[in-house]
Amino acid sequence: MLTFLKGCWRLVSRGSRWYYAWLALLGLMIAVGLAGYARQSSRGLIATSMRDQVSWGFYIGNFTFLVGVAAAAVLLVVPAYVYQWKPIKEVVVLGEMLAISALVMCLLYILVDTGSPLNLWHIFPFVGSPNFPYSMLVWDAVVLNGYLLINATVVVHILYKLFHGQEYNRMVVVPLVLLSIPWAVGIHTVTAFLYNGMAARPYWNASILAPRFIASAFCSGPAILLVLFQVLRRTTRFPISDEAISKVAELMAYAMFFNLFLLGAEIFKEFYSGTEHVVFTQYLYFGLHGHRAVAPFAWIAVACSVAAFLLFVIPRSRRNPVTLNLGCGLIFAGVFIEKGMGLVIPGMTPDTLGEIYEYTPTMTEWMVAAGVFGIGFLIYTLLVKIAVPILEGRFQAGMAEPLPAAPEAGAA
Amino acid sequence: MRKSLPVLQGGAPGEAAAEASDLSRRDFLRTAAGAAAAAALTACDVEGMLRRHFRELSRDDVAKLLARVERDHRKRFGDKGFKVSNMAPRPGVEFAYGLDLSRCIGCRRCVYACVTENNQSRDPQIHWIRVLEMDKARGVDVMESDVYYEAEQVPRPGKFYMPVQCQQCRNPPCVKVCPVTATWKEPDGIVVVDYDWCLGCRCCMAACPYGARHFNWTTPSIAPEEVNPNIHVLGNRVRPKGVVEKCTFCIQRTRAGRYPACVEICPVGARKFGNILDAGSEIRYVMDQKRVFVFKEELNTRPHFYYFYAT
Repeated sequence: MLTFLKGCWRLVSRGSRWYYAWLALLGLMIAVGLAGYARQSSRGLIATSMRDQVSWGFYIGNFTFLVGVAAAAVLLVVPAYVYQWKPIKEVVVLGEMLAISALVMCLLYILVDTGSPLNLWHIFPFVGSPNFPYSMLVWDAVVLNGYLLINATVVVHILYKLFHGQEYNRMVVVPLVLLSIPWAVGIHTVTAFLYNGMAARPYWNASILAPRFIASAFCSGPAILLVLFQVLRRTTRFPISDEAISKVAELMAYAMFFNLFLLGAEIFKEFYSGTEHVVFTQYLYFGLHGHRAVAPFAWIAVACSVAAFLLFVIPRSRRNPVTLNLGCGLIFAGVFIEKGMGLVIPGMTPDTLGEIYEYTPTMTEWMVAAGVFGIGFLIYTLLVKIAVPILEGRFQAGMAEPLPAAPEAGAA
Repeated sequence: MRKSLPVLQGGAPGEAAAEASDLSRRDFLRTAAGAAAAAALTACDVEGMLRRHFRELSRDDVAKLLARVERDHRKRFGDKGFKVSNMAPRPGVEFAYGLDLSRCIGCRRCVYACVTENNQSRDPQIHWIRVLEMDKARGVDVMESDVYYEAEQVPRPGKFYMPVQCQQCRNPPCVKVCPVTATWKEPDGIVVVDYDWCLGCRCCMAACPYGARHFNWTTPSIAPEEVNPNIHVLGNRVRPKGVVEKCTFCIQRTRAGRYPACVEICPVGARKFGNILDAGSEIRYVMDQKRVFVFKEELNTRPHFYYFYAT
């Protein structure tokens, strides 16, 4: 155990100049985040742009988006099993490590959003008074932490076994991986229900919300993984085949179609029936009474999603690495806007009494968000840095220290 | 809160207007001192942070809690003769409220009477009552209503006014969504918040269809000479930073047999209040003799707050 930890430390503390630069950047982001959070703690959430009218904002938007990332990363496991790719366990581990990082960020976003974080223990059973089964936030806490636990168990088990030169125990990993598939759908569904169950907010109180969450998660999560796969393929000797990447891309094309279809279905219903509930969608895309802060972003999101769909649906551009990565970037941006601010803000604008308060994040919110992303990226970087040598067999029990990596390794 | 709302001179008799708007101006000037003292209040709240849920407290624990709340208030505001109570709901009492839309003139005296009675923050301003100005031609249409109307004199031609505060639902969405049961419905119909227990996640604010729940985005500031020393621990005690608060039908008054402050101040008698289980009460008279409706009935919240048109 001690040699394992020592080896891990050696792995994460050594790397190329680019690796150190990356760590320094993440350290800077975390420092900025801490400074922002210190200001928010002393002054209160008034340091954010949230007010009674729009009582959730950037933090909860990012939280929602990242739940999608966490959910979708492991959904890669489905095609992995269905299509029986060779590098199955590597895909599982990389996907689950992304899920771990995303989940940590989700929990941090909830933490920074609470007004009295010292009271967080009230949500725990026995010591606190969780409002179970009525409160969707309690459900969300249960499923997110459960998902974190499943993923952490699988990752640690596989890596530890490999470190000792053994195959992972199928009796442990296969059931957990299979469980993680419905659980992944579960975390995003419960998060959707958190909004969906609120009859006071017609924009969220639509049955299409949870399906839309899942569809967009199928787009954004794999987009991140595709880019990561290519980075790892360059920087390590990781065996990820072209076929695997193009199969994921093909599945993403279906997901993108479904995502746009559901969006279209909602837009039609809102504008054709034109009830008083149309105001929220109207605010999102066109603004209301001259308030247009969100509209440009909403259109950027639509443009990104449509462009990415076109790039992915045409086989030639899907197979070309340049257009593939462009498409990944576009769909990531599109879903980030749509499932973040594009979900939270119009849900609350206008507010329940018809008041329009235009929300735009303050500097403090950007700083805190940078810190949370910094922590998430740092966790993923360190996990990859340890996992890849183990998966490649360069770092095993009995070795005095990890073998040197392939020349360009360590840039991850 | 964007700006201070004026108390408007009504077409009906009312001399309190000038005085009240004067008060709100002075409120602004006295906030700095309050903010400094507030920091101290937060620091000594460790005891409150570690206690059990309000409804699990023993008699001794409650006594300790009341003593602590009183001590905190004395420390921050000086010896104002604070009386902190936890007066329980009385059996056979279920409060209900009636609001006569045909009488309301939109003067906002209720808004400020409520602020004074319930120790709301003066900077930033927190208002538990929001008066919506609506077009007579459109009827009750919240999406087209205006809460920031300013006028030489109210009511303005072509407009009517609809004050909205906590509707004390029988089926409260805020209670359902709270992850830590920090808010609940009392047997007499009042939805209360345990300010020491609230997490500040603001789920209840997203769930409330009436905009009735308000958040302490920063430490509330109140000048010592304006603090109401008659305090209920689930009602108008001065709130800490980072928790949600709401109208409690003036729990500190109504459980002691008095009217809510908004009922008392109303210059046109548009506000009615009483025990719905008492056949002789004012509210029962309204329900028997007038035709009442509830706000956003399609959401099935089943409010204890009724609107009616008496004339």
